[in-house]
Amino acid sequence: MIPENSAVSARNVTVAYGSRVIQSDLTFTIRKGDIFIIMGGSGCGKSSLLRVLMGLTPPAKGSVFYGNTDFWGAPEKKREEIMRRTGVMFQSGALWTSRTLAENVALPLEYYTDLSPRDIRALASFKLSLVGLAGFEDFYPSEISGGMKKRAGLARALALDPEVVYFDEPSAGLDPVSAARLDELILQLRDTLGMTVVVVTHELASIFAIASNSVFLDAKTKTMTASGDPHELLRHGPDEVVEFLTRGKGRDRGENQ
Amino acid sequence: MQPAFDIHLEQETLIVRASGPWSRQALSSAPLVPDAMTKQAFDALPNAKAVRFLADDVTDWDSVLLAAFNAVAQKARAAGIPADTSALPGGMGPMLDMALAVPPRDGGGKKEEPGFLETVGAKTLAWPGITKNVVDFVGEVSISLARFFSGRASCSPRDMWNVLRECGVDALPIVTLTSLLLGLILAFVSSMQLKLFGAEIYVASLVGVSMVRVMGPVLTGIVLSGRTGASFAAVIGSMQVNEEVDALTGFGISPTDFLVLPRVLGLAVMTPLLTLYADVAGIAGGFLVGVIMLDISPAAYINNTIQFMTLGYVWTGLLHALVFGFIISLCGCYQGMRCGRNASAVGRATTAAVVNSIVGIIVATSVITIILTVLDL
Repeated sequence: MIPENSAVSARNVTVAYGSRVIQSDLTFTIRKGDIFIIMGGSGCGKSSLLRVLMGLTPPAKGSVFYGNTDFWGAPEKKREEIMRRTGVMFQSGALWTSRTLAENVALPLEYYTDLSPRDIRALASFKLSLVGLAGFEDFYPSEISGGMKKRAGLARALALDPEVVYFDEPSAGLDPVSAARLDELILQLRDTLGMTVVVVTHELASIFAIASNSVFLDAKTKTMTASGDPHELLRHGPDEVVEFLTRGKGRDRGENQ
Repeated sequence: MQPAFDIHLEQETLIVRASGPWSRQALSSAPLVPDAMTKQAFDALPNAKAVRFLADDVTDWDSVLLAAFNAVAQKARAAGIPADTSALPGGMGPMLDMALAVPPRDGGGKKEEPGFLETVGAKTLAWPGITKNVVDFVGEVSISLARFFSGRASCSPRDMWNVLRECGVDALPIVTLTSLLLGLILAFVSSMQLKLFGAEIYVASLVGVSMVRVMGPVLTGIVLSGRTGASFAAVIGSMQVNEEVDALTGFGISPTDFLVLPRVLGLAVMTPLLTLYADVAGIAGGFLVGVIMLDISPAAYINNTIQFMTLGYVWTGLLHALVFGFIISLCGCYQGMRCGRNASAVGRATTAAVVNSIVGIIVATSVITIILTVLDL
């Protein structure tokens, strides 16, 4: 039922907000090393699905598997252990505002390892330089720009060398150059660290630049209408997916209508 | 010129024609015109098979005119009657079409205000849920405390120090001021009565015993709930708004261990200590009144205070303080953790934290007093 190389898989997952069902019957597999895009229009439940996958809210129905382990059926200890092996970059960064950037990256390390403060500091500096924030160790989140907050959030997500990293709208609020650079960074991290990457986005430029696999959530039918490589979906996918993938495509190049 | 309209049926088509100036400015001298137009159009709708809008003679227009047309068109659509906007001049037609493009949400429109009974019912039905949440939270904190004392939960020493400083040293000035003044007031008020019997000397023991046994802890508790309880709720609440709590959970770090535990432990340690300090300050206040205003000699005042003080009173006071410490930190953290995800929710959480802990302090005081009286302590 669960393929051998699966990192995360959803089986008949229903996402609900209170009693309002947002998405139902979602079944897909995220393979190890995939850059997996969860796409769809605004308000179709992408971010809510992400919260279910990363273990923040339980699904209304169905199950999420990490490898062969049923995440929501596992005991709390096991769940925490799995969450330790995942990293999350939140939409607004969600940095701990009372700590400096270095302390933000250091916190999970302090919590889970017995490294000396010196080593932890060195690790934190290294992760910050990975995302281009060398020299910003002692800045507070309120002192840096939105784009830098996102990158710092990514550095923190990488703190424990996670196997799976989740990105919630990574390019939202970034200028096109920064967004493209973030995409490159994601690709590099996947290639060098062998991570599995799950991205929620509706930015077509990002989708075509990085995706190796995807799922399309439809707001009207409240379920997934397609899954697979977006480049393939563009040629063989159902109409509404092709429309989604082509409608804005001209826009990106300034060829709207 | 005044805005005007004309509505008539022409071969089962309802013609809605506007003329004159239809702008906010023009309507300020004729505010009832749009209402009259929609009303007349609504009345005529049942006899129509189509609606057609005309505005050739309109000299000046803005959204006011479109809003009026839109109201008629939406009503017509609800009755299954098509609206024709093609004869409208300029940008009017396309703009109206844009507004009509997406049908209104089912059950949309104005939300009805719930009636009195409905409100009472909803609030009553919410009780079991709230009770369950509170019990859940207290249970979680208890488990977390147990884990901490068995050495399996780590809470950051840094946060712990911050809490100890914030509700300890930083609170000293205000505690000094309030308890000193409370001691003064107690001494003044009691001396007025005791003077009648020539027993001013007993001011000393009266102030001492009441401060140590109950007034000191209650005053400290109230100061701390305004100062520290509110800040707990605000800090954790804004972390909730900013997804910072989710970020902790995302690392498999329990927010209860990490955020609530240091605050609960910190207040459990600091409230009794601050209470002892407040007791001393209160007695000092009484001492000032006794020595300066009532001409009691310092030695006699101190002697009288010590004579009637027992260790039991001190323990009773500290028991109060410990209980208050838990009440304040639990109320503050509970409200913070349950905070909604917007700015006004943080405000509500802070208010609720303060109100709940002050009510909790008063209730706890009476419960403890009753229990101790029954036990004859």
